[in-house]
Amino acid sequence: MKVSLFVSCLVDQLFPVVGDSTVKILKKLGVEVEFDRRQTCCGQPAFNSGYVQEARQVASVFLEIFKDAGTIVVPSGSCCTMIKIFFPQLFPKGSKEEMLAREISKRTFELSDFLVSVLGVTSVGACFPEVVTYHDSCHLLRELNISRAPRQLIGAVEGINFKEMKDCDRCCGFGGTFSVKFSDVSAAIGEDKIRRIEQSGAQYLIATDVSCLMHLDGLLRRHQVPVKTMHLAELLAQ
Amino acid sequence: MIKISNHTHTALSDQQLQKNLLHVLEKTVTDRNEAVSDVPNWEELREYARQVKSHTLSRLDYYLEELESKVQGKGAKVIWAETPQQAIEFILDLAHHKQMNRVIKSKSMLTEEIHLNQSLERFGINPIETDLGEYIVQLAGETPSHLIAPALHKSRGEIANLFVEKVGMSATDDVVEITATARRILRDHFLTAQIGITGANFAVSETGTIVVVENEGNIRLTASVPEIHVAMMGIEKVIPRQSDLSVFLKLLTRSATGQKITSYINCLTGACRDGEMDGPREFYLVLIDNGRTRILRDAYLRQTLACIRCGACQNVCPVYQRLGGHAYGSTYQGPIGAILTPQLESVEKAPEHSFASSLCGACYEVCPVKIEIPHILLKLRNKTQTKKNNKAAHLPMERWAVQLWSWIMQSSYRYERLAACCRVMFKVLSKREKLKSFIPLLKPWIEYRELPSFPEQSFRDLYQSGEQEK
Repeated sequence: MKVSLFVSCLVDQLFPVVGDSTVKILKKLGVEVEFDRRQTCCGQPAFNSGYVQEARQVASVFLEIFKDAGTIVVPSGSCCTMIKIFFPQLFPKGSKEEMLAREISKRTFELSDFLVSVLGVTSVGACFPEVVTYHDSCHLLRELNISRAPRQLIGAVEGINFKEMKDCDRCCGFGGTFSVKFSDVSAAIGEDKIRRIEQSGAQYLIATDVSCLMHLDGLLRRHQVPVKTMHLAELLAQ
Repeated sequence: MIKISNHTHTALSDQQLQKNLLHVLEKTVTDRNEAVSDVPNWEELREYARQVKSHTLSRLDYYLEELESKVQGKGAKVIWAETPQQAIEFILDLAHHKQMNRVIKSKSMLTEEIHLNQSLERFGINPIETDLGEYIVQLAGETPSHLIAPALHKSRGEIANLFVEKVGMSATDDVVEITATARRILRDHFLTAQIGITGANFAVSETGTIVVVENEGNIRLTASVPEIHVAMMGIEKVIPRQSDLSVFLKLLTRSATGQKITSYINCLTGACRDGEMDGPREFYLVLIDNGRTRILRDAYLRQTLACIRCGACQNVCPVYQRLGGHAYGSTYQGPIGAILTPQLESVEKAPEHSFASSLCGACYEVCPVKIEIPHILLKLRNKTQTKKNNKAAHLPMERWAVQLWSWIMQSSYRYERLAACCRVMFKVLSKREKLKSFIPLLKPWIEYRELPSFPEQSFRDLYQSGEQEK
């Protein structure tokens, strides 16, 4: 099987290890991976801030790059949501671009969803003898309705001690530009979250989105909570 | 212009408010979840209710006229008020004509929306709120901070002090004593009031019945003891059939308070008939628009009007849980307030409402009529940004910056150059901490969190060097 990787701009520039881990896992499972260097961003920052026109322009470029890409795998719940749910809404009904967006939406998968639902794999042969907890990122959970797949994958890691935290499905407070427009509220919500993470007794926080992790890691370090953050792909590549 | 950002600091640093919010909302959410898990076909009921509301809103003129004729058929009068002024003038005229000035009220968000009390007070009529929470808020000279629990922001101690100061209660913080005091005072008002004003949870058009749901019994007294009963409702509250009531009541009470049923459900059809002992002599129904027909025009945004005011979205909202209601600066607060306020008023008047959300979607998950709040927020954000001369942008250069960003992101060449610039910038910044606070987007970030570090290589470079090694 062959897939095309869309890593997201954040992973590309700030968390390359997540992209790297994704490639490793997929290759290990015998999947051929392609990475088109023309890719940039899905346009979500503009779209979520109300700049639909600007987001549409970026999305058009994405559609052009990925129109013949086959299955697309994205190691991010929120970028995947942008592509699957919001791309088709960006273009006029019945337009060529809308049709293409709908078609691409169907063949785009978030990483955990791809592994479990498409490949039918839960154990990828990872080993990580540590205590971990999992944060449901909102877009993955409530737009894509994915909550079991990541847990199945975590549960199958050898030696792992998985502890569910209270309010695991509550927002971390990041919210894209919300984190800077209402930074005090965003941080306050995040502080509720890091308290739950701490209470779980975990040493590692796992999630499917580097955006949530970047925000939570920044808070954990500021509050000197000794919990490390780790993207699901990183965990599965251990 | 309402600026939520001006109030967040006050709300977040109010220790008492934070304690109240945590204490009350957590319990309400747990109760709601338990009550909902009791209903195996909850999702079907939500979908059914959504469809009924959607159908009704698309033929609202028809159902409102049906309601009018049925209500009139029961000997009651119907008043159409396009603006708050028209509704208020009606009450003033009625009071003047009947020479009545003793008015009691039950809880009604619509009357808060049109600022009924303040307007009547200017003409010497002082309506008394009879819902305990509303009574507390009225004594304090405040406004409600939650759809269902208007005095949510106040602690028991604060309420006790308020009663000592305003109604001469002797010092105590015993809940029973506080409630008994309110009950004693309100009893007199119930017995002497001449006009009772209530809201309406639903109005059934096929029967002309107004339905009002409550736990305290004050609505039943307000609607039946005074000689005149006036029900005031937004035009979106109509539902076509009586048989659908059971679905809506099931959804409402479980979503609002986690109750299977409330203590009282009042179905009021017309005034007291000949030979009947109880009930008002005259009944008036005031149908208020106040911007609702404008909202109806947009076939997608129209679903905002399906709201049955249960407050479930507020209870689960991480933003509301931290800010409470008053920070929103509007009658409707939390997720429903964030989508209703900019539509009832305008995006210019409430430019920040749609942005005060992390778009987490918890509100949609609990909404008993499936209002797509997060997606509506996105639509309203777009409306806000596309208004000409909008003062909504938090940064004056925002639009320009996003356009530039979009242009850069449309080419991987430009994108890679931008990334390279950022990498250099971060290197410089890492040696000069103080510089960070001069960069617009970084300042609010580093105020509360540490920055991530820029790795030596991007993924694309890492990937390419890996491929070349092969």
